[in-house]
Amino acid sequence: MAAFIQLFVSGLATGAIYALVAVGFMLLWQTSQTINFAQGEFVMIPAFFVLWAIRFLGIDFWPAVGIGVIVSLIILGFLFKRMIVDPMIKHGVLPMVISTIALSIFLKEMVKDFYSSQAQPFPSLIPSSDINFFGAVISTQNIFILIIASLTVVALNFLLNGTRLGRAMQATAQNPTVARILGIPVERMILYTFLINAALVALASFLISPIYLAKFTNGDVLGLAAFIAAIVGGFNQVRGAIVGGLILGVIENLAAAYISAQYRGAIPLILLIVVILWRPHGLMGRAEERTV
Amino acid sequence: MIDFLTSRGFKIFFALFVAALLITAPFYLRNFGLYLIAMWLVISVAALGLNLTLGYAGQVSMAQGAFVGIGAYVTGLMTLAGVPWPVAFLCSGLLCFVVGWVLGYPALRVQHHYLAFVTLAFSTLVFLLMRNEEWLTKGIYGLTDVPRPILFGWNTGKAFDFYFFVLGVVTLLSLGVWWIIRSPWGRAFVALRENPVRALSLGVDTRRYTLMAFAMGSAIGGFAGALYAPLVQFFEPNSFALPLSLNLLLMVIVGGGGTFFGPFIGAATAVLLPEWLRIAQGYYLIIYAIVVMILMLFCPTGIMGLGDRFISHFRQKRISAERADKAKDMAQQEGK
Repeated sequence: MAAFIQLFVSGLATGAIYALVAVGFMLLWQTSQTINFAQGEFVMIPAFFVLWAIRFLGIDFWPAVGIGVIVSLIILGFLFKRMIVDPMIKHGVLPMVISTIALSIFLKEMVKDFYSSQAQPFPSLIPSSDINFFGAVISTQNIFILIIASLTVVALNFLLNGTRLGRAMQATAQNPTVARILGIPVERMILYTFLINAALVALASFLISPIYLAKFTNGDVLGLAAFIAAIVGGFNQVRGAIVGGLILGVIENLAAAYISAQYRGAIPLILLIVVILWRPHGLMGRAEERTV
Repeated sequence: MIDFLTSRGFKIFFALFVAALLITAPFYLRNFGLYLIAMWLVISVAALGLNLTLGYAGQVSMAQGAFVGIGAYVTGLMTLAGVPWPVAFLCSGLLCFVVGWVLGYPALRVQHHYLAFVTLAFSTLVFLLMRNEEWLTKGIYGLTDVPRPILFGWNTGKAFDFYFFVLGVVTLLSLGVWWIIRSPWGRAFVALRENPVRALSLGVDTRRYTLMAFAMGSAIGGFAGALYAPLVQFFEPNSFALPLSLNLLLMVIVGGGGTFFGPFIGAATAVLLPEWLRIAQGYYLIIYAIVVMILMLFCPTGIMGLGDRFISHFRQKRISAERADKAKDMAQQEGK
């Protein structure tokens, strides 16, 4: 039982990080029909912004984190939208997919060639220790991740549902034409979702890098996890992506321990295929219509 | 000039020129050069298959690399067990056809991004199977010393012979794909891509053609794998992991999806160019990624589309020049 609780909590913590990434992924899809194949690399790279700032600017960890967030917002939010998504959007989904795949190669190779191809240790945001909970050993890091992720989700939920700005963003996602008629600055709303995505991936990066070390290939796994979480939960619901992320994290961890460590990666994929065939719009999503 | 470049005569001339280059390649290239050209041809075949599924039928597949892998393993294992290559070759294609057919079922239910993710998941599953089922695939150690075929007493063991063997098989496969594209099948695939709902209401059996598009594209991927195995002679599961599938997708779109020669050009940018641009060394992928992003920005129809645009630009320029001349003539006549 103790082992189960341990696995469950660490699975939840990983799942919470997946959920953050999946929410950002889904927000981009909703407001601008962008499928970001570089989302995994977006999570990989903010940690390197921080490491870069520490190494080359010679500053302390926390100011470096601040710089990491700002650089992420500029590059992964603003520039990504202006230079890749905006000009591509009229060409449709497929060229955008190709373009973001190319972007993911670009980011990976940049880190590999200009920083390091080795896994880099990344300082933990809080001192790491273990606490004993009815015989189960749970690391404070996991608790910390869960708290931060929950706070972020609550804040995001408040922003989207509780404020005028959030309602305007939702209107943009649901029907840009009507939103524009109602006087909502649609372009700016879309930009905000890109900035939110950049902030989410930066946060996820700082939470996961102390555990998995910062490495240029990290994005492969994380990106796939984000897609799966978003689809399993439902592509058009924020809470769907959260549920999807948590389910994924827990199932992955339990499957590795109780079914097969070798096929750890396979269980989420089978889950994905089953969900897509059984409920294509996800566990919590709404069906999308098809037009001629 | 442009008229000449687009004329039938020039196209035939160009095709003959490329054919002559390929046939005489062994006489001016060393073994490594031959290996590269053969690799380009094999990868082109895999891209041709994906082009059928994606470019013509419009079904996004991110699993072509997995089919190349299945084909390579089937051929590798069978020829190592002493089965003649042609039999292994057919088995590779057949197995991929069946698996591709099954993979097509999700395509009946979901489209676009969902389909992309199903195929992506499938591709990763195949990789995990190859890596973990050691009793069959030898896991991460891979297959070694895959024999090169002996056909009717012709031993293709040497690079020179094997090159011609690959060239011959690839030519046959390309002609086959060419035929499929021009047949009613090809037209049905295009209808499926352009407007599936309309195609259905016009009486095209979209269900069957969707499955067929997947199965045929996958089978061609399997054939590519059957050539890949004796070409490299040593391979392991990592060769067929997700990056290969994504690369094949890039090749098709960069070359020009839905055009016959697009995949060959796309494969050249991924296989031949990195070797010729040795100066760029490790930075090749960075440059490649930037070029792809810029290409998608200005010409999402790929390099073939770029060529078309170039030609129509000049044609229009000439027509407007002629028009201006005519207007000048008329003005002069009126002036008289």
